[in-house]
Amino acid sequence: MNDTKLETINYSLYYGKFRALKDISIKIPKNKVTALIGPSGCGKSTFLRSFNRMNDLIPGVHTEGSVLIDGEDIFKVDPVALRQNVGMVFQKPNPFPKSIFENIAYGPRVTGLKDHHKLEEIVERSLRSAALWDEVKDNLGKSGLDLSGGQQQRMCIARALAVEPTVILMDEPAASLDPIATLKIEDLIHELSANYTIVIVTHNMQQAGRVADFTAFFYTDESRTGQLVEFDETKKIFTSPRDRRTEDYITGRFG
Amino acid sequence: MSGRMIADKVVKYILFASAIISIIIVLAIGFFIFRESIDAWTEIGVSEMLFKTVWRPGIDQYGILAMIAGSLSVTFGAILLGVPLALGCAIFLAEIAPEGVQAVVRPAVQLLAGIPSVVYGLFGMVILVPLIRNIDVPGNSGYGLLAASIVLAVMILPTIASIAEDAIRAVPENYRHGSLALGATKWQTITRVILPAGKSGIIAGVILGVGRALGETMAMIMVIGNSAIMPRPLSSNPLTFFLSQARTLTGNIAVEINYATGIHESALFATGVVLFGLIIVVNASARWIIRSQKYVEKAN
Amino acid sequence: MDERSSEIALIHKAQALNLKKEHRRQSFWVALMWLFGLITVSILILVVGYVLLKGGTAINWEFLTTPPKGGLSGEGGISTTIGTTFYLVGLTLLIATPLGVGAAMFLIEYAGEQSLGSKFLRSMISIANFAVETLAGIPSIIYGLFGYALFVSTLKFGFSLLSAALAGACLVLPTIIRTTEEALLAVPDDYRRGSLALGATKWQTLYRVVLPASTPGIITGIILSVGRVISETAIFYVTLGGSYRMPTSIMDSGRTLALHLYYLAMDTRAFDKAMGTGAVLVVMIILINLLIDFVSRKLTAGVRRVR
Repeated sequence: MNDTKLETINYSLYYGKFRALKDISIKIPKNKVTALIGPSGCGKSTFLRSFNRMNDLIPGVHTEGSVLIDGEDIFKVDPVALRQNVGMVFQKPNPFPKSIFENIAYGPRVTGLKDHHKLEEIVERSLRSAALWDEVKDNLGKSGLDLSGGQQQRMCIARALAVEPTVILMDEPAASLDPIATLKIEDLIHELSANYTIVIVTHNMQQAGRVADFTAFFYTDESRTGQLVEFDETKKIFTSPRDRRTEDYITGRFG
Repeated sequence: MSGRMIADKVVKYILFASAIISIIIVLAIGFFIFRESIDAWTEIGVSEMLFKTVWRPGIDQYGILAMIAGSLSVTFGAILLGVPLALGCAIFLAEIAPEGVQAVVRPAVQLLAGIPSVVYGLFGMVILVPLIRNIDVPGNSGYGLLAASIVLAVMILPTIASIAEDAIRAVPENYRHGSLALGATKWQTITRVILPAGKSGIIAGVILGVGRALGETMAMIMVIGNSAIMPRPLSSNPLTFFLSQARTLTGNIAVEINYATGIHESALFATGVVLFGLIIVVNASARWIIRSQKYVEKAN
Repeated sequence: MDERSSEIALIHKAQALNLKKEHRRQSFWVALMWLFGLITVSILILVVGYVLLKGGTAINWEFLTTPPKGGLSGEGGISTTIGTTFYLVGLTLLIATPLGVGAAMFLIEYAGEQSLGSKFLRSMISIANFAVETLAGIPSIIYGLFGYALFVSTLKFGFSLLSAALAGACLVLPTIIRTTEEALLAVPDDYRRGSLALGATKWQTLYRVVLPASTPGIITGIILSVGRVISETAIFYVTLGGSYRMPTSIMDSGRTLALHLYYLAMDTRAFDKAMGTGAVLVVMIILINLLIDFVSRKLTAGVRRVR
């Protein structure tokens, strides 16, 4: 069986008094792609941000239960160190207003690397891993904002890789991209899964089917509290879901 | 046409007239100040006025270089002291202070902006000048660039701090999140992403602060000593430069205009023209920087 | 691959080491920022506290209600200077408010109008906007010089309340225009459309619907201007003359509180009385700030109700 990389046990999250996530227990396997799917507002993005403690930035958020990375409670880890280990790609590409080179070198620089030669090496390797090197190698000085949306998103993936994380969280990384750019990102996710644990939130069922080894289905009723309905290998979720709600959702009866 | 339609038309022209009053005022200010200064420029000579350091109306010496130097020196001093404090305050308010603390500090900054300049001047005379007089350097009267720079630093602090705070707050949240998600600390995020992204607004704030500093009048008269001399170090220690008395362009006008006549009066208006020119350049550059930033933001 | 994973392990070790350093650095700078915030508040407390405490001892009923007697030690109170201050504030705003509100209405409400499509008016509007920005940046002594040249000398109003109020009106005009513009922009377009659809003319719409809805914003601008006139000294130093008697007409010379403070400090070195005057000024400014806070809170509450 697989090693577990990330795990939550009876995890709940509150915005003030409102409970956004309820009693979620899940074991996310190492070096696989896990997709989080479900109707909008079901808390899957909030759940994703729990793994790198980005929810800490929202005032009034508190949690119950535990979140573990490699068996260690993430609330006992320094959040900055945690985020160096758990990279994140956002829904909308968010390059810094800096050159492509400086965008990629940002992470290594803030984590202490000064040697320019080394930085060049990392920038090239990260851009190659993100399948962007050939497109930008002659224009590393160009502003990251001048790239197309799909290129920007791959640059953001390269930027995350440059810090040498072991986990990459992706929050609907292709939501704002056209179909061709989306395909490129999906290929990339597939390649990266050999060396990284990837958790991806997606609205797009076909995308989950194409890229994910495992799929978790989140659901919310009128209370708007998100809960985990079902988690299994992607093909099982898609071919023989155990729960009616999962079946309804993937066959498009709601959501 | 019915009565109310006519009223509608009439009102429109009345409102139009009030709208162009601002244009008329700007033109009138330029016209009158320049007109009154023409005698000085022609009779004394442009280079004589701009590059001579001796201002002694009694013997018809009207060089304003000393006042230009005075204005620039005190502005420099105020920027040196005030900008770090103002930017620190802006960063504190925008990024660090919890909301409860912001609710105390922000009104404090606003109130600092509202206090009349004569009150700052008086405070300088009563507290700062006697303190500075204790510095044991021959010729040190306590009045001078140091006292004036400190007073002026406090006076420009609110201008710079509030504009810089707005600029920092305008930086998109996704830059902040992008940096934190890469494992940068909050402080790294501030210095490496937020401040560079808000740079133009911050610089514009500093430049507008410079404009305010150059234009300040009464508080400067009260603490700078008003000697129409080139500021210079009082001893071999170059830092004693700041103990030197000086006079600003603004002070030169205010102190003498009420009794000046003839060419002397015209020379004061010429001082005003120089001040006006300096301010226009300073403000225009701030505006230019803000505009170019807006353009960049739109391009994104 | 093994080489790569040992390299990554090395990188992670270096990152952990660096992070400690970064946390120390962050603690230092964040502490420094707190200090800067603290210094700012302390400066305010120091200046306001000192002026109020020191000046407070000079203030009593007699000080507030007797006129200055002149003389070398600054004898007497400040009653006429308080009177003159209010007189001048009133006169200045009487001139500036209609002009400023009218200008703002034109710049906001008529600027987009199609019938104004002529190039001339379009360019006038953009020049007017530029002029307002320019006015806002002009230092007060320049307004003073201008007032001296135009109102005092050329128009022969002499050193008088009228000259001072006209020059002061130029100073506060951009403030009133800008705050009114903001208030007008905050009025939802539905109001205008609703009124126009009922057959009201543009002016009727403005007068009966838009102006009432933007009153708190306009009042904020007026209060801000009151504060500026009370604090202003340089303009009035060169246009108002400085007589400490109570002016009986707008052609009389006078002395505002701020001006009186200046004369007391600079000419007679009566620092105690100057502090007393300063304390009165500071109290006025604090009250004005509180008032602005109150009105703008009303304003946002009103907007919330509208939405």
